Amino acid sequence: MFKITHEVIDTQRVISAVEVDNAGAIVHFLGTVRNNTGGRRTLYLEYEAYAPMAEKKMAEIGHEIREKWGLDRVAMIHRVGRVEIGEVSVAVAVASPHRSDGFEACKYAMDRLKQVVPIWKREIWEDGAEEWVKPDPVYFDTDRGVRRSDR
Amino acid sequence: MKVTVKYFAVCHEELGREEEEMELPDGARLRDILDRLEEEWPEITEFYQVMQMSVNWDYATEDTELSEGDEVALIPPVTGG
Repeated sequence: MFKITHEVIDTQRVISAVEVDNAGAIVHFLGTVRNNTGGRRTLYLEYEAYAPMAEKKMAEIGHEIREKWGLDRVAMIHRVGRVEIGEVSVAVAVASPHRSDGFEACKYAMDRLKQVVPIWKREIWEDGAEEWVKPDPVYFDTDRGVRRSDR
Repeated sequence: MKVTVKYFAVCHEELGREEEEMELPDGARLRDILDRLEEEWPEITEFYQVMQMSVNWDYATEDTELSEGDEVALIPPVTGG
């Protein structure tokens, strides 16, 4: 399951989507909306996605996990629209025979999501201001820009 | 030929529209779309180091050749999670 949704994320469904008899572990990650950034109070977040491409890129991350760890039970779901403080914005589940691979693959899924999945976050501050969140340089590589050779 | 161009996040905001159909000469490449957009939004060049583009849901380079009916998007730095 690789999905963009406008609805509240049903975390149990994300886990159910990866359940399999040969699993010895299911690693489940939830990203939640924090009430501040660098100490400044956040009211809520607004997410926008290029949904068909986002779902395609998440499915590709699933393929990468299959290649790297041989795990084929992966689910990723990301919410769009207004998401309140404490609510889940993204959920990942990975089933694996042994937990260490599951932990690694789950972290990998989130790291890749932050690199390649076309989703954008807008932060709405307590004082009424709002802005598109700047990318975390850890995940962002300026070499990937559509830089033009003639300038 | 006609292609659809989609604008997200800051691009959507700056251009004031979510998408449009663009008529381009045969053999056009992604950079031709950027040329077109620069006339309307010169500051777009400030984003070139960090902005990506896609064709039919895959990342592409400025040299990518376009075909009738392609779906192109401007992808500002992604910030999901």
